[in-house]
Amino acid sequence: MAEAMLSVSGLNAWYGESHILHGVDFQVREGEVVTLLGRNGAGKTTTMKSVMGIVGSRKGSVKFKGTETISLPSYAIARQGIAFCPEERGIFASLDVKENLLLPPAVAEGGLSVETIFELFPNLKERLASQGTKLSGGEQQMLAIGRILRTGAKLLLLDEPTEGLAPVIVQQIGRTIRRLKNEGFTILLVEQNFRFAATVADRHYVMEHGRVVDEIANDALEANMEKLHEYLGV
Amino acid sequence: MPDIFGIPPQALFGQLLLGLINGAFYALLSLGLAVIFGLLNIINFTHGAQYMMGAFVAWMLLNWLGVGYWWALLIVPVTVGLTGILIERTMLHRLYKLDHLYGLLLTFGIALIIQGVFRNQFGSSGLPYGIPAQLRGGTDLGFMFMPNYRGWVVVVSLVVCLATWFVIEKTKLGSYLRAATENPALVQSFGINVPRMITLTYGFGVGLAAFTGVLAAPIYQVSPLMGADLIIIVFAVVVIGGMGSIMGSILTGFGLGIIEGLTKVFYPEASSTVIFVIMVIVLLIKPAGLFGRAR
Repeated sequence: MAEAMLSVSGLNAWYGESHILHGVDFQVREGEVVTLLGRNGAGKTTTMKSVMGIVGSRKGSVKFKGTETISLPSYAIARQGIAFCPEERGIFASLDVKENLLLPPAVAEGGLSVETIFELFPNLKERLASQGTKLSGGEQQMLAIGRILRTGAKLLLLDEPTEGLAPVIVQQIGRTIRRLKNEGFTILLVEQNFRFAATVADRHYVMEHGRVVDEIANDALEANMEKLHEYLGV
Repeated sequence: MPDIFGIPPQALFGQLLLGLINGAFYALLSLGLAVIFGLLNIINFTHGAQYMMGAFVAWMLLNWLGVGYWWALLIVPVTVGLTGILIERTMLHRLYKLDHLYGLLLTFGIALIIQGVFRNQFGSSGLPYGIPAQLRGGTDLGFMFMPNYRGWVVVVSLVVCLATWFVIEKTKLGSYLRAATENPALVQSFGINVPRMITLTYGFGVGLAAFTGVLAAPIYQVSPLMGADLIIIVFAVVVIGGMGSIMGSILTGFGLGIIEGLTKVFYPEASSTVIFVIMVIVLLIKPAGLFGRAR
């Protein structure tokens, strides 16, 4: 097995006094799309923020391409080539769409060109001069994903990119994720919606109470459906 | 020339000019406060003391080292800005996650210490600082006599204010600043060194206060309490304009200076309170300030 692009082991994280992650272990290999599944409060978002270095404090090991990043500040982690798209999308109200799109600085060679991003998300092109937060929810999500594709980061952390979106937009996001995989991006995805996750991912990790409790390959998803229903309480 | 509303035009325009000068100082100082508050979430009560330091460092450069006004305009903002960076790195940066009150108390305490040290060293009577030779004298504008130095202060303040506005609202660097004001953690996760940006922003805001101090030195006496007196009014200006809006600070600063000047002409008794009266009215009608967003 090739060495993992992202290797997380024994990861603990805290927000102030509250201990959220209790030893998370998982790996993402280059070119994979991997999801973190789990109920609300299982620690999926915190895991992503911990990889990115934007939680209160964290311990354990987060190796990216063999480099330990646990003690790095988040801007240095980003410059290793990791990009994060938060659940709340994080579109800036005081910036217009173009400024939002061009905000993240390039951290490596080989990011997508702005033209390619417009090809993926044609809506953005027509809204460049709008205030960022005047976009619809779907357009904001496209902007939030689009802007991190420019930077050259090859590992994308996408936190619930389909949340609250219309089915047709969810399909568009799904197509985009598959296309990004073909373009060589590696993607870690947090999803509540495992039916959506099943259409894009190679493997799934299930989280409960701040730990990874199970790993399911995508082609074994059907066979594990009963177990999964129990994990997710659906 | 005929009187305007029963006021001799010389007096009217004279007070308008004074109002513009005061407005220029209000605008420059409230602009610095707005930039600092936006990114650091700190109400910088040291601002008046840093303005005073600007005037004093200019005085020291001239009297101790023979370095004149023009060089002072460059050197003073950098040196006083560096002391701001020192304060940010050693003290302020520990307070960002706490309530505004802590930053306010700390910066107020630092202001008292700085003012005390200068008063101890230089007394409180004030020291003269001459107008640079190139800007002495005045120009007859036809409707009034304009002292050159005062005209210069109005023009250079406008230029600096608009340049700051341009950088923050229209450039890439400014988009980082605006974004970090909204969500510093996310901007940091894009690979931008936000802590360093915060430090430099504080240094810039402080440098702006010191620059204002240099501009003020030839107009007012250089004295340890010159900032303490002014900063109270500037905070009223900030409250009226609304914390955090760049153009709002500039417009409110100049506007209130002019209103104050006109009050001196038409109803001099109210000239020292008019800004506070306006503040009360604005707070009643629009608590976030004329240009502010509730936060």
